[in-house]
Amino acid sequence: MSAPVSPLARFWAEFRRSPVAVAALLVVVVTSLLAIFAPWVAPQDPYDLTTLSLLDARREPGFVGSGGYAHLLGTDPQGRDLLSAILYGMRISLQIGLAAGTVALFLGTTIGILAAYARGWVETVLMRIVDLQLSFPAILLALVLVALLGQGKAQLITALVAAQYAYFARTAYGAATAERRKDYVEAALATPLSGRRVAFFHLLPNCLPPLIVVATVQIANSISLEATLSFLGLGLPVTEPSLGMLISNGFPYMMSGRYWISVYPGIALIVLIVAINLVGDRVRDQFNPRLRR
Amino acid sequence: MAALEVENLVTEFDTANGVLRAVDGVSFTLAPGQITGLVGESGSGKTVTGFSLLGLVDAPGRIVSGSIRLGGTELVGRPETELRRRRGAEIAMIFQDPIATLNPLLAIGAQMRMALEAHRSVSRREANARCIEVLDQVGIPEPRARLGSYPHELSGGMRQRVAIAIALLHGPAVIVADEPTTALDVSIQAQILHRMRMLADETGSAVLWISHDLATVSGLASRLLVMYAGRIVEFGNTAEVLRDPRHPYTRGLIDSLPGTVAAGEPLRQIPGGAPSLSALPPGCAFAPRCPHADVDCAKPVELHERGERGWRCIHPLGPERSDPFA
Amino acid sequence: MSGYVLQRLLQAALVMVAMSAIVFVGVYAIGNPVDIVIPPEATQEIRAATIARLGLDLPLWQQYLIFVRNLFDGDLGRSFIYNEPVLSLIAGRLPATLELVLLSVLSATVFGIALGVYAGYRPDSVLAKAIMAVSVLGFSVPTFWIGLILILTFAVNLGWLPAGGRGQTVDLLGVAWSFPTLDGLRHLVLPAVNLALFKFAMMIRLARAGTREVMLGDTIKFARAAGIRESTILRRHLLKLISIPIITVFGLELGSTLAFAVVTETIFSWPGVGKLIIDSIAVLDRPVMVAYLLLTTLLFVVINLTVDLLFALIDPRIRARGAA
Repeated sequence: MSAPVSPLARFWAEFRRSPVAVAALLVVVVTSLLAIFAPWVAPQDPYDLTTLSLLDARREPGFVGSGGYAHLLGTDPQGRDLLSAILYGMRISLQIGLAAGTVALFLGTTIGILAAYARGWVETVLMRIVDLQLSFPAILLALVLVALLGQGKAQLITALVAAQYAYFARTAYGAATAERRKDYVEAALATPLSGRRVAFFHLLPNCLPPLIVVATVQIANSISLEATLSFLGLGLPVTEPSLGMLISNGFPYMMSGRYWISVYPGIALIVLIVAINLVGDRVRDQFNPRLRR
Repeated sequence: MAALEVENLVTEFDTANGVLRAVDGVSFTLAPGQITGLVGESGSGKTVTGFSLLGLVDAPGRIVSGSIRLGGTELVGRPETELRRRRGAEIAMIFQDPIATLNPLLAIGAQMRMALEAHRSVSRREANARCIEVLDQVGIPEPRARLGSYPHELSGGMRQRVAIAIALLHGPAVIVADEPTTALDVSIQAQILHRMRMLADETGSAVLWISHDLATVSGLASRLLVMYAGRIVEFGNTAEVLRDPRHPYTRGLIDSLPGTVAAGEPLRQIPGGAPSLSALPPGCAFAPRCPHADVDCAKPVELHERGERGWRCIHPLGPERSDPFA
Repeated sequence: MSGYVLQRLLQAALVMVAMSAIVFVGVYAIGNPVDIVIPPEATQEIRAATIARLGLDLPLWQQYLIFVRNLFDGDLGRSFIYNEPVLSLIAGRLPATLELVLLSVLSATVFGIALGVYAGYRPDSVLAKAIMAVSVLGFSVPTFWIGLILILTFAVNLGWLPAGGRGQTVDLLGVAWSFPTLDGLRHLVLPAVNLALFKFAMMIRLARAGTREVMLGDTIKFARAAGIRESTILRRHLLKLISIPIITVFGLELGSTLAFAVVTETIFSWPGVGKLIIDSIAVLDRPVMVAYLLLTTLLFVVINLTVDLLFALIDPRIRARGAA
């Protein structure tokens, strides 16, 4: 008998078998790195208004601008190098996506496990609220909240969290309830003192697999939702252009043939979201024993 | 004439671990009206044998070679359309868990009519009449009312009777029953077993009763086939096999029945576990667990037949040999 | 069964009441509602007079009660911006949104389920893999982006279809619809496809997952063992068995589609309710916001109710539980 393999190693070995998933993971990692190191990688700081010149505005890819370097992806209506703007935009998208996803994860999981653990009227009230929210479309909720709270990163993240925590809550609740019914949890609860904490630490790990799947989907969703809001003019302020805003800036120019202003940021956005979703898909398939043939 | 003749059936599965031979040269005959038990552990290949008879082996499995003759007609290699016509009509199957096999969203009558109309074109009234007839045959009270019931409204035993009734609809020559009572309470089991015996006598269908439970099968079947690692290791008249087993595995199975041990005594077990099909030893598959095994057992062992009896062992038990597991 | 229906109706009514209170309070309590109505340099007198005229000086719960009372008169308030009754504002634009949403949802569901079942039935075929690849895109890519690409490809580059706006309308039952006219259909195609894509992708994935699970199950095996034809098995067993998870998500996603109509209408300049609400949210025209949200909630409640009733119709186990 060989030495026991850790669950993580086993998971990774299985994950590696799908070339698509591995490629997607690679894309996510690369874009994340690019986004983190954007200030060092980008040829221009798109927030620094002093480096912008309107003479460079709306120029096609390959144009050598007043900065002396070639704008690989062209420039936007404010004269920003599109490549730099995209890198910084991805940074913001990832920041917001991860922040909203993480907070929603914690909030939702806590609520879900609490409801499953406490039972009684606490469970009913909490899950009714969650169910109500689940049947309401996230985008509407986010729109209204952003409008009421005003613009800004914190407000946007709050709106996104409010729109998404319900998915985590539902998932955690479902997994925790199934686990709670098992005999060993009842036994643990029957012992005094550490019984409750033990029960909590039994419920939580079993919720992790489905939560991870939901988390990847929701991070992609957050990014998508933020981009949509920004596109509609209700997301981040103009001074911090996210990918959605870049796309929206370029929309009027699409008819006149200057497609790159919208298309390139769009491609960057799509690649990011699709990659995250593909990874999430693979993770979900791996956790589902019934689909193993 | 035999209802079913199986000769050297080989069914393999093409898996990531290589080619697994789930059924390795199995041969037997089923006579009309007779109940034959096919006994073996999980992984012995008994269920795959059952599916092979109906041509229902799912990819990546397939029948590689051998012959299955239903009423004289060869089934192996026939196109799917032809096999489908015979399934349900000439050879039927009963599964283990009727809650999974019956569609919870359709009424019993609807599902029975579907099975009936698959091979016959009948009016609604005629269909209902036939359904009521078989429901009555399997001992379901108020059969007409039951046609409108849904599966969840019936008890486990009743659902299994419905499954048996569906198998009887066309009066098939052969019925393959795959662990039909395993999921039921012991008392209901007894009823179903009794009913099966009656039905076999009445309809003249040959029944192949697949099970891992020697106790239930021995009360029901007149003939016994013992399977191990894809091969038949012993067969014969049930009473004889139980009284006088020749293969050490059969002996082990009999001994591990609780009834054979005095109260308070430890239960007997066969040491070791069922072999993995990807790592079978050459020669006798049971050798690693057999106390009698010697170096000769590493060579392939033929089935030794003597009339209606047979065993696949070069050191068979008999009056000359005492119980190896004692 | 009737007990089940009654129970659900009661729940729906409760939800409506609760949501109306939440929405009203939420929208009017945050920020200062009067800010958009009067210019910042207005005098205190004008400010006070406006507040009194709009009834905004009353305590919030009183405002809410007045609002509810007006509801029963069919009065949903007056828009701060357009100074028109909200009801007529919304009613005027509703048909445009309705035909867009209905066309999208119907085509997405029919084609999505068909392709999804195929992909689940023959999962290893080339077509199935292609279908799944497309579905990932439709599922991940934001709606607004697809709209952009559609415009770029079909309107700008190929020039086959118009880039926005609603086409010629025809009066049916006193309401203007554009789908009966050819010009109207030309204008409907792109926005409808845009809106349908997400739901289409979701239906494909659902139908595929459901089909795979059912096909691996014993019900299908048993039916095959009985010699039933594959086509009959697909029609009478498979479709029924996958209908429950599909209907669940269909109901949820219907609401989502309605919400995303907001985005599509903006991109394609479609004169529907969605565009109205975006503009209203941008300027914080609260009466319109409240009315729209309430109408949306009502729609959701009705959809959920219908879905629940459909379940009871399809699954006898739910009927039994409801009657108990």
